[in-house]
Amino acid sequence: MKKFEILEKINLAPDICYFEVYAPLVAKSSKPGQFLIVRVDEKGERIPLTLMDYDANKGSVSIVVQGIGLSTKKINLLEKGDTFLDFAGPLGRPSELLEISENELKTKKILFIAGGIGAAPIYPQVKYLYNKGILADIILGAKSSNFIILKDKLNKISNNLYITTDDGSEGKKGFVTDMLKELIEVENKTYDIIITIGPMIMMRNVAEYTKIKGIKTIASLNTIMIDGTGMCGGCRVTVGGKTKFTCVDGPEFDAHLIDFAEALKRLSSYKTIEGEKLHKCKIGLDQ
Amino acid sequence: MLNNMPIRKEKVPIKEQPADVRIKNFDEVCLGYTLDEAILEAERCIQCKNPGCVLQCPVNINIPAFIKKIRENNLPDAARIIFNDSTLPAICGRVCPQETQCEGNCIIGKKNEPVAIGKLERLVGDWVLENGYPDKFEIIENNIKVAIIGSGPAGLSCAYDLRKMGYDVTIFEALHKPGGVLEYGIPEFRLPKEKVVRKEIQNILKLGVKIETNIIVGKTITIDQLLNEEGYMAVFIGTGAGLPKFMGIPGENFNGVFSANEYLTRANLMQAFDENADTPIYKAKRAVVVGGGNVAMDAARTALRLGAEVHLVYRRSEKELPARLEEVHHAKEEGVIFHMLTNPVEILGDDNGWVKAIKCIKMQLGEPDESGRRSPIPIPGSEFTMECDAVLMALGTSPNPLIASTTPDLKVNNRNCIVINEETGETSKPGVFAGGDAVTGSATVILAMGAGRKAAKGIHNYIQKKLGKD
Repeated sequence: MKKFEILEKINLAPDICYFEVYAPLVAKSSKPGQFLIVRVDEKGERIPLTLMDYDANKGSVSIVVQGIGLSTKKINLLEKGDTFLDFAGPLGRPSELLEISENELKTKKILFIAGGIGAAPIYPQVKYLYNKGILADIILGAKSSNFIILKDKLNKISNNLYITTDDGSEGKKGFVTDMLKELIEVENKTYDIIITIGPMIMMRNVAEYTKIKGIKTIASLNTIMIDGTGMCGGCRVTVGGKTKFTCVDGPEFDAHLIDFAEALKRLSSYKTIEGEKLHKCKIGLDQ
Repeated sequence: MLNNMPIRKEKVPIKEQPADVRIKNFDEVCLGYTLDEAILEAERCIQCKNPGCVLQCPVNINIPAFIKKIRENNLPDAARIIFNDSTLPAICGRVCPQETQCEGNCIIGKKNEPVAIGKLERLVGDWVLENGYPDKFEIIENNIKVAIIGSGPAGLSCAYDLRKMGYDVTIFEALHKPGGVLEYGIPEFRLPKEKVVRKEIQNILKLGVKIETNIIVGKTITIDQLLNEEGYMAVFIGTGAGLPKFMGIPGENFNGVFSANEYLTRANLMQAFDENADTPIYKAKRAVVVGGGNVAMDAARTALRLGAEVHLVYRRSEKELPARLEEVHHAKEEGVIFHMLTNPVEILGDDNGWVKAIKCIKMQLGEPDESGRRSPIPIPGSEFTMECDAVLMALGTSPNPLIASTTPDLKVNNRNCIVINEETGETSKPGVFAGGDAVTGSATVILAMGAGRKAAKGIHNYIQKKLGKD
């Protein structure tokens, strides 16, 4: 097997691909909640991606990539047998769930709220709990039915799986927060810990609601970064009034302490430049 | 060997790209001496019996001796002399602060311009890159594995020396390209990557040193795993000082405020100055750089080349600027506008969260502080604002805590610097050595190189002793 060879590729949704990659050292050290930095070719950006799964025996690590910018679109053109140029990790701190003892975890009611490809990074955490005999609830949201990913995989290892779509093409019509409110206010469910991963706006909305309800909430941030080891500071975020680096202090933080307004603005730093680059290079990318 | 010809008062002028041309490209500014020019400059050295230059060189290169060889047009011998003490002359000749080291203590410099030692070293270094080291040396394999963490100047020199002694050396690099600060930090216009850095690394690889990129020691694999599971008998930590500092003033997280590290890494490592690279870089209209070191000059001159009007603010006076004299000189020539005795107090942003101005206060110099430099004191009521659309923070860097945090028995001080035995490079953990910026905090390439070489000796002694005992 070649270094960073793609062992499996599955098209999960339009422009969203699953890759299982041969990276034995990374697989051996990976923990739920951590992320990787990948690069597709010599001109490519260093792209941070939260890992979806890992198998130390097989020496493989799985990721899900959504083609948004130039580099991620290039990644999604890779096929089984191709290799990533660079595949480094695992980076960041493992999920906070790993710090809680098994006995204590068993007393907790845990809910995951994932939006879009956020379904991928919650997978290893849900699986971690499942392997300990703990079944969490999940709310999975997307804009429409064909963007709901990993439904069956997640369904097998969780208790209740609730689906929402913006257009109502599957599950409940509306946002994940609508479902969350319904679960808590109508169905009178209680949760001790909520873990939310997905678009920044969605995580902010979840956090705003759970703060009022006083439910501990963890969000995993996907910020702009280059090295992923604390060198550039591009990923800085204000948490509880202090500047933190997402790459080394995160990527998970207490969602009630994150300054989402600032984080949202910082995410847009390179929007115009990236748009131009994508526009210029699009020829050849669309198959 | 003094002849009776009067010594030229000034250095033989060195060719440079003119300022108005070079601000439009990223090519090297200084073009270096030709051999004839170098010989002429070498003749200015009076071959002191007790040379001050050697004393002030952090690795004590026998400077008069190699200069004499240049004068005799014997570059192979000049190379042999330099390589006794240095492994990276093409790099150090370009980036050493010569004015505070060798050239600062050159006797000719007392009345006239000192001998251009750095430029002469560079010539010899470039000759070696071009022609290879003059002697073939045989490596007698001892099949003992040593791991080097980090492929910057400290790691490269440590690897080079250990390999020559026959060790099976593997360098682990966290980024995708080897070179450390030489690759991500120092810009192309000061230190060419293809022509110098990669060639230097290639030469080390040719000896049989292995490099594994994309391995973040402390994350991908730990030091304990390297020692206990992977069969390495010793480990050298040369991970540098890569963590950027911020000021902690309001507005620092506005868009358009970057650490110089981020800005330079985008431009250098990711080649973002090239339109064809996928990594974006913000092309400011009016950038303010905060700081007075080499990194500040590098960031300022990079922003300038990307089309910005660049202002540099520094809280002390020009005399205290820690940057190399040549960089300050070049930055000024290129049009960087210097604001000395000026310190930012707040960054102001617009409704979209982008920086729109920086508020600064004027400073005056008071009593010397613990660094020996006069400490800057704010002048009350002297605040003023400068409009800008980017702020580049170049306030220095500190060592990355990544390794220390995953190696519990590795002692670090309160600044996250690894504590070592200065003579041997040994850390508190048996079999683990360290050197360079990871130990000292951000310093120079030559000091890192010297530390890497010292640790190579320390590692060799440690292993020999251990084998003898076992």
